[in-house]
Amino acid sequence: MTDEPLLRVRGLTKHFPVRQGLRATGLVRAVDGLDFDVRPGETLGLVGESGCGKTTTGRMLVRLLEPTSGSIEFAGRDITHAGRRELRPLRQELQIIFQDPYASLNPRHTVGRIVAMPLQVNGIKPPGGVKARVQELLELVGLNPEHYNRYPHEFSGGQRQRIGIARALALRPKLIVADEPVSALDVSIQAQVVNLLRNLQRELGLAFVFIAHDLAVIRHFSQRVAVMYLGRIVEIGDRADIYERPQHPYTRALLSAIPDVTQLGPAGRIRLTGDVPTPLDPPSGCRFRTRCWKAQDVCATEEPALVPRDGGRQATACHFPEGEAASTSPEREEPSTGPEGEAASTSPEVAGPITQLVEEVPS
Amino acid sequence: MDSSEPLPSGEPDDRPAVPAQRSDQDAYLRVRDLRVRFDTEDGVVRAVDGVSFAVERGRTLGIVGESGSGKSVTSLAILGLHDPKRTTITGEISVGGRQVVGLADEEVRRLRGRDMAMIFQDPLSALHPYYTVGRQIAEAYRVHHPKANRREARQRAVDMLDRVGIPQPARRFDQYPHEFSGGMRQRAMIAMSLVNDPALLIADEPTTALDVTVQAQILDLLADLQAEFHSAIILITHDLGVVGQVADDVLVMYGGRAVERGSVEQVLRSPQHPYTWGLLSSVPSLHGDADADLVPIPGNPPSLINLPPGCAFHPRCRYADRVGSRSRTEVPELRAAGADGHLVACHLSAEERAERYAEDVASVGVAR
Repeated sequence: MTDEPLLRVRGLTKHFPVRQGLRATGLVRAVDGLDFDVRPGETLGLVGESGCGKTTTGRMLVRLLEPTSGSIEFAGRDITHAGRRELRPLRQELQIIFQDPYASLNPRHTVGRIVAMPLQVNGIKPPGGVKARVQELLELVGLNPEHYNRYPHEFSGGQRQRIGIARALALRPKLIVADEPVSALDVSIQAQVVNLLRNLQRELGLAFVFIAHDLAVIRHFSQRVAVMYLGRIVEIGDRADIYERPQHPYTRALLSAIPDVTQLGPAGRIRLTGDVPTPLDPPSGCRFRTRCWKAQDVCATEEPALVPRDGGRQATACHFPEGEAASTSPEREEPSTGPEGEAASTSPEVAGPITQLVEEVPS
Repeated sequence: MDSSEPLPSGEPDDRPAVPAQRSDQDAYLRVRDLRVRFDTEDGVVRAVDGVSFAVERGRTLGIVGESGSGKSVTSLAILGLHDPKRTTITGEISVGGRQVVGLADEEVRRLRGRDMAMIFQDPLSALHPYYTVGRQIAEAYRVHHPKANRREARQRAVDMLDRVGIPQPARRFDQYPHEFSGGMRQRAMIAMSLVNDPALLIADEPTTALDVTVQAQILDLLADLQAEFHSAIILITHDLGVVGQVADDVLVMYGGRAVERGSVEQVLRSPQHPYTWGLLSSVPSLHGDADADLVPIPGNPPSLINLPPGCAFHPRCRYADRVGSRSRTEVPELRAAGADGHLVACHLSAEERAERYAEDVASVGVAR
């Protein structure tokens, strides 16, 4: 693994205008200034709840969406605003796997045609012929190469996802953006697909941007993890740092909210109140402050920068990051009076009776 | 959750002391040998094939299974929601002492909503987009309280919205479902199901569509409401983590049959069925070796039209060969396995299961 990143993203931003009639009435700040690198052969896990901008980010990386601002550099070339013609050779090296294995395959095309499509579009004639290459790919993802002539409806969900993976691999990409590749699958099938992707990564030296809402899946797949909230990265670091020494309150809350099968009964959890605010009008300052039990006045006025800590591998965007004792539960009940009393009732309750659960952010 | 009353719910400590199925006679819901069949053009679908269980008030039964395991069909049968023209239901379903199977539509409707209610996975499709949230909840109340006037029904709906943690309930009453966020909608649906104080609540994947921080809120809310209303809850889910957190008892279904049943301790801590082992070792965990491969169950869930003969799990089971041809010819019965009330449907002998579990399963995945 060289230190030269394969993918370098700086200040990546996507705003969607909201129109009523002809007037633009607002902006959805779906993604707002992301910085990250992905090195060859490395997996970066992008994790966050719905509306955090992870899918929008993935689509910008493969240029299915045009970034509003910022830059995307792939293998040393700036592809932020590359046109169709410039993009064509890049598409070979940069592929995407979609979440829904039912919607992402054309039901009228045979599997052979679906997997061969990237080769045709790019005018590639593999030695030995298209059919041989397609069958090789089907075999690589654990499908029967004889099923070349079947249609998607003849396959189960897990097998369809394998077809999507075979299609993404057809052009021997260097980087694959995988957008929730297993979340539509049955539990027993998820593990098959996760293992397949891991083996492919090892064998082919692929780099991945692995997008998921499931922190446990991300943990089994990623060397680096970026946690997103409302269009921003709130924390990024090596897997062990994120899972064992989370410094951002949101990362900690997210980790503690996952029902883990190794723990029976009601768990001592950090309870976040309310829902994620709307990206139409994100909170001022730190975007997490409306749900954060540590929020102070400064959080409303000043946006925390993503600051590297501990030698630079882990960075946290928080005014009050967790210290060394991060692994203990948050018994500290600091009076968290936010500005204008807005975040007044957001102190976390740990495994106590629920007295007040919700403080919704006025939209 | 700290229930001061001696409620079994949510007190993990008292679980081992309570046998999973001590006496079905006290149970609010009793299901005996339930069979649900659909006649389709492609053949007969045996969606549920001889399932029995019971749920007492104040307790939560988690039903675990993959798509096509029959878990949702079971719950719809309890609620009497299957189309009688296409469906054959046999067996016994007793809700608060009343037999539901064979009951006239009108009678079931009277039970539904008042004695038993359902929370669906997708609140957006369960709430009508054209009516305000409050009106739908008030309507659900008035169906079973014909004497209540408009104002009383409104008051009741506002109280329920408040009870499930929706801020400014009086203002929210007049809003439409699209004005609610996902978590709020799920709360509103819970409010609607609870408006008539049902003794039995069936929640079908209630948190699957929600984010994890919101899921945590909803699970807490359900546990809290259960402690207050002392309801029997059936929680249908594919997520073993959720089951471990909220269920008292667990029923594992595969191919329309129960393959394992017991207390949550028994099923998740000393699982007996190879399918349960497979589920446990294939789930990625926050603990353990992140670099180790997951151990998937090979193959796919079976088609209910063409269920494998004998044990439906045998084509995916690593141990099927150990019992010779029996796995292909004989459907294993649900039999006692070890501890009190723990049942398993597997041809392997108890010794063999213990040995295989210790050697092959306990050291891998999250079952460790």
